[in-house]
Amino acid sequence: MKNLKPWLPLIGIGVLALVLLAVAPSVLSMHWINNLGKYCCWAIAAVGIGLAWGRGGMLVMGQGVFFGLGAYSMAMHLTLESAGPDSLPIFMILYDPLAPLPAFWEPFRSDLFTLLAILLLPVIVASILGYALFKSRVKGAYFAILTQALAVALAVLISSTIRETGGDTGLSDFKYFFGFVLSDDGNKLMVYLIAAALLVVCLLVVWQLGRSRFGELLIATRDAEERVRFLGYDPANIKLVAFVVAAVMASIAGAMFVPIVGIITPQEIGASASILMIAGVALGGRASLFGPALGAMAIGWGQSSLGSSWPSGWIYILGLLFILVTLFLPMGLSSLVGKVTGLVWRPRATPTATTPAPEFTAPEFTEVKK
Amino acid sequence: MLITSRGRVKTLLATGALAATTALILSGCGARAGDTVETTAPAAASCIDTTGDTIKLGFLNSLTGGMAISEKTVSNVLHMAADEINADGGILGKQIEYVQEDGATDWPTFAEKTEKLLTQDCVAAIFGGWTSSSRKAVKPVVEENNGLFFYPVQYEGLEASPNIYYTGATTNQQILPAMDFLASEGVKTLFLAGSDYVFPRTANAIIKLYAAELGIEIVGEEYVPLDKDDWTTQVAKIAEAKPDFVFNTINGSSNVGFIKAYYDAGLTPETTPIISVSIAEEEAPAMGHEVTGNYASWNYFQSLDTPDNATFIDAWKAYPGSSGVTSDPMEAAYISMYLYKALVEKAGSFEVDDVNAAAAEGGVTFDAPEGTVTLDGENHHISKPGHIGKINAENQFDIVWSSDGVIEPDPYLEEYDWFPADVRDALVTSAG
Repeated sequence: MKNLKPWLPLIGIGVLALVLLAVAPSVLSMHWINNLGKYCCWAIAAVGIGLAWGRGGMLVMGQGVFFGLGAYSMAMHLTLESAGPDSLPIFMILYDPLAPLPAFWEPFRSDLFTLLAILLLPVIVASILGYALFKSRVKGAYFAILTQALAVALAVLISSTIRETGGDTGLSDFKYFFGFVLSDDGNKLMVYLIAAALLVVCLLVVWQLGRSRFGELLIATRDAEERVRFLGYDPANIKLVAFVVAAVMASIAGAMFVPIVGIITPQEIGASASILMIAGVALGGRASLFGPALGAMAIGWGQSSLGSSWPSGWIYILGLLFILVTLFLPMGLSSLVGKVTGLVWRPRATPTATTPAPEFTAPEFTEVKK
Repeated sequence: MLITSRGRVKTLLATGALAATTALILSGCGARAGDTVETTAPAAASCIDTTGDTIKLGFLNSLTGGMAISEKTVSNVLHMAADEINADGGILGKQIEYVQEDGATDWPTFAEKTEKLLTQDCVAAIFGGWTSSSRKAVKPVVEENNGLFFYPVQYEGLEASPNIYYTGATTNQQILPAMDFLASEGVKTLFLAGSDYVFPRTANAIIKLYAAELGIEIVGEEYVPLDKDDWTTQVAKIAEAKPDFVFNTINGSSNVGFIKAYYDAGLTPETTPIISVSIAEEEAPAMGHEVTGNYASWNYFQSLDTPDNATFIDAWKAYPGSSGVTSDPMEAAYISMYLYKALVEKAGSFEVDDVNAAAAEGGVTFDAPEGTVTLDGENHHISKPGHIGKINAENQFDIVWSSDGVIEPDPYLEEYDWFPADVRDALVTSAG
């Protein structure tokens, strides 16, 4: 038992991978595969939020910004690919037929540039932003509001530059995905599998980070930033790394969202979209490995099925659930699992040193307080 | 030592997982760009179930979000039309069974629900949408699944799809008549105010071209995002420019902010009247200020005196959940349901290709409240009369100008030589 315990998360990831990559494609219809792919995208962003917020204590309320960077990079590439070489996207012809393609669109014709942009744009933006914020020790609600404001700003910017970005209508009608015909069912399955595989990879990354020295430092920074500083570490750098990793995950999520859903609009990256991403993480359990991903997928599923049968009621259910969880299970639904198995499994209650127990608020620190 | 061996296990696991994933993903690969593949899924069309004595239709309207106020009415009137048809024996003897979905004023949701209605519920046709953005989200999905979508709202034109039927006006049936009316009134200067999205932007691009032709000078052009209500700075520019008329392409509740700013700035219909293309009988009383004396361009008004209008108004007033007034988009939604019935009955089939073939033969008409409309089998739009109404104290419209008979739909403005041919060609080519 003792030897197995540290490997349980890995087994969990394996089971999830098996379900998403092998079981789901063989039992679900194309409609649900596509929907599951969309939930996977939200889950990828949620895994990043889990790292930054659950383990790093940074309430990132503006992940829509990075989701948007990835999504629009991908969408611009797919739009140009669908338009064909040397032609303008159709919406640009509508608004101003004679103007050329905006300069920042041009490099997105390249497959390689697009992939690099999806990975590196969030790194650059998050690094600059994070460096400025963490070095000047912006945290707590101020950090949350600031990131939220950025998501709003980006959504407004896109809405108001209709000729350059498609505006409120967004970008849609993608025919090809890196040469593959998107309407083909086999290709849809492939795009889904890529998204599901990326989710598994992101979970592995967060699991590995959690086991590493960095993971310990991140949690220490969350719980007692000043002490970490006194120990000789720079909390700003530790937070920065988590923030950048979360940003990259959000960007990857956005990039995969585009071929799966087939449309991206500023609404999907704005304030309410960013908050919905947070809501999934909070419901699932922000500090656990699987909580954020499963929470985000559950919200996605609720939106497509409950939102269908009870359009105006669904959002109230979500709100109520959110209030109840925050009140009674502050560490999310996954902490419920921990509590139940804890009761059954460990009557002796001897937490080993390797047990990642983020919900513990480091009791040894309080002892020092004399 | 222990740590390294663990590390090795991990690496092995990771490599194995990666290899398995790659194999899986590659096995999923299908057609590539160069392959000759039929892009429409052939299986989707045959999923319509016609064996029972009912036929499923989908209604896709925003029941929540910013557009709910307008789209709920469309949804209601679609229900009314379906109930009427059912009471009258249904379509080809089958009762309509409708599946209502919420578009939630969110364009990706429109795309998702369209896909759901076509592939999960297997509906024979979908009715709904309001904003051009929602239509543009639906379009690729109905085309890919070879479904049918009936769109009931006036729009910016320059579009055609074998899978969409447009029962609202295209530009040459609403925008151009409005410009003809302005020219007949001797208007020399015009200010354009619109919401910042696809319809106003495109409509204004066309207005500018036609204004140059008519000798009307455009003295200003301002946009505010759909969800913003503050028009103060923009209206100040109108007050400064002192145009003969304001052409209003603002949509939704943003109109309330515009009208408030307009009267606050001391502008009045006597000196600077507004002509709108989205304020109808429903919206006029909801402006928070009386708008008497301003104008609107539509193809249907409640005040129209036609044989079928009185029946339509009475039926609507008696319908549960009715708002009591009728308007153009409602009437166009009502037409869409009956037009579908006529098409299916002509085709003798619910299959999309048969319905389209019946449309292409031409001659499908419906005695609508606005008068008899005829479907153009080629571009899937309908002929419509153009009317200009002036808002009276009861928030109804006095008709002050009408076109000579019905106007044939011309979405790509092919009959108008002031519209640049290269732009038309580029649009037609990229539309495929």
